[in-house]
Amino acid sequence: MDVTCHISKQIMSVSFSGDFLKYNDDNAKAALYKQVRTPGIKALELDCAALKKWDSSLVVIIYELLKQAKAQTVSVRLNNFPESLQRLIRLAFSVDRNPPPHDTPVLPWLEALGEWGIDSWKAFRRGLVFIGDALRSVGRMFRGRAVFRRVDFLFALEACGYKAIAIVSVVSFMVGLILAFVGAVQLRIFGVEIYVASLVAIGMTRIMGAIMTGIVMSGRTGAAYAATIGTMQVNEEIDALRTMGIPVTDFLVLPRISSLIITMPILTMLSDLMGMLGGAAVGVFMLDIPVQEYWKYTYAALKMNNFAVGLFHGFVYGFIIALCGCYYGVHCGRNADSVGVATTKAVVSSMVWRILITGLLTVIFEEMGI
Amino acid sequence: MSSTPHIEVKNLTVGYGDYILMKNISFTVNKGDIFIIMGGSGCGKSTLLHVLTGLKAPQSGKIMIDGINFTKAPEKQKKELMQRCGILYQGGALFSSMTLAENIALPLQQYTDYSEKQIEELVSLKLALVGLAGFEDFYPSEISGGMCKRAGLARALALDPEILYCDEPSAGLDPISSKLLDDLILDINKSLGTTFVIVTHELASIFTVGSNSVFLDGTSKSIKGSGAPKDLLQNPPNDVVLNFLTRGEKEHV
Repeated sequence: MDVTCHISKQIMSVSFSGDFLKYNDDNAKAALYKQVRTPGIKALELDCAALKKWDSSLVVIIYELLKQAKAQTVSVRLNNFPESLQRLIRLAFSVDRNPPPHDTPVLPWLEALGEWGIDSWKAFRRGLVFIGDALRSVGRMFRGRAVFRRVDFLFALEACGYKAIAIVSVVSFMVGLILAFVGAVQLRIFGVEIYVASLVAIGMTRIMGAIMTGIVMSGRTGAAYAATIGTMQVNEEIDALRTMGIPVTDFLVLPRISSLIITMPILTMLSDLMGMLGGAAVGVFMLDIPVQEYWKYTYAALKMNNFAVGLFHGFVYGFIIALCGCYYGVHCGRNADSVGVATTKAVVSSMVWRILITGLLTVIFEEMGI
Repeated sequence: MSSTPHIEVKNLTVGYGDYILMKNISFTVNKGDIFIIMGGSGCGKSTLLHVLTGLKAPQSGKIMIDGINFTKAPEKQKKELMQRCGILYQGGALFSSMTLAENIALPLQQYTDYSEKQIEELVSLKLALVGLAGFEDFYPSEISGGMCKRAGLARALALDPEILYCDEPSAGLDPISSKLLDDLILDINKSLGTTFVIVTHELASIFTVGSNSVFLDGTSKSIKGSGAPKDLLQNPPNDVVLNFLTRGEKEHV
């Protein structure tokens, strides 16, 4: 393949010869484009008389040369062009629509801050409206007027119920184990390793069981809610529900919220138990505490108020996880990327909200003396 | 269009497990053909396309591309053969997180050693060929469905494929956009000599672009007619084909 170029009497002549397949000499091409921009060039003549095989790499050169010539108002003549190549060049220049302006304006900082404030306020309001809708759906459910399929509720119950048992058990067992191990290191200094049992029992039942279940379930179930409902948004299934007059919160959100607020306290109880078993494993096998002794201290440390506080946290976490998952699913964009964004936001926001609510509940329970 | 076989389908049976959609079908796509695979909804057209493009294994039979057994080819050879093919999916199947330019550049970055500058120029050319010059920085969500299809076509053309498979290219498009896309297919076929295999049941497109075709019948799980669509309309081999091509307005041969 060869490109020859010469300029005479303000006419730039370029001839292409040989096989033009996968031509990638950027320097030669740049020199060619530069020459066509040379001041004084009045005409461009392209000749393909000696051209044999060719592919897009030749069309690109011709297309770029013609674009430059057009921009410089240089007249063009195509000599000995194969019919197919001529047709392709014509096709490339046949414009049936021009792109609309696509620049994102850069706002002054004060205006940008204002925009951010307005957007945040709108998002906050949208969140409140969604919570209101969800609570109204719960109300309709108790009045027997909510529109949702029992089978959806049962599927949701299955997904966040017994299918989550294994992962919650393993994680909670390990957390109990870690709690006991870290506690034992400190308690051994004072020779009171036996209180490891109390530490684990109180820690797990009061808060750790609920927190660990919450972490597992927000990553597992909350993310799944956002992804499922988000994909429904992409596939216009949510639009279909709306046009049928079926409240989205009834049909999609209610089964998920109700199943998670039912299963979360149960899973929290399981987590409490598994955590205590993990603690017992450290106590019995590493600290050589007799089993009976360990259980005696565990039993003594178990208080109904701690247990109830843990279960209440589980219930609240279930509501938060389901709400965040469903909210970001319903407000997902309409492409695959948005589903990923919605899933991430659902998990992160449910984590943040859980921590904030935990702080609030801790202060309230403290004030109430529970 | 020549009479050199490009794709040969021999005794192909496709389906899902025990459920057979097409049994022992055979046909040949010649070089430079715009070959239409037509038939009623649910007859197995799209499944056949999945088999032709290697996304799904056939129950039995073989597909030869330029004399090479594509069905039984080792993975490496299959990949090489697929690089000679482009696919235009129903909705364009553009990656939503990438701009149109990035979508089209992807196969070029993957399979060629062109410089970034060269890829940029090629992307610009391919977009211009489908009438989307200047839309490089747009995301798929910012353009219409018809434009998405055209951008999908530009991506399918990125590697100068010898064969281009199209799944329902004009489905869901308005008549003007549909005609624009049909014209584009004809232009590309004539200028690049690309062989097109198009799965469709849009009669307007079938008669506009089709140079050869097969009619798949879901009931008998076989080919009920083959040849140029216009010839099939003039000399229908049976009532099923006639019914389909005349939208049921003429019932008997």
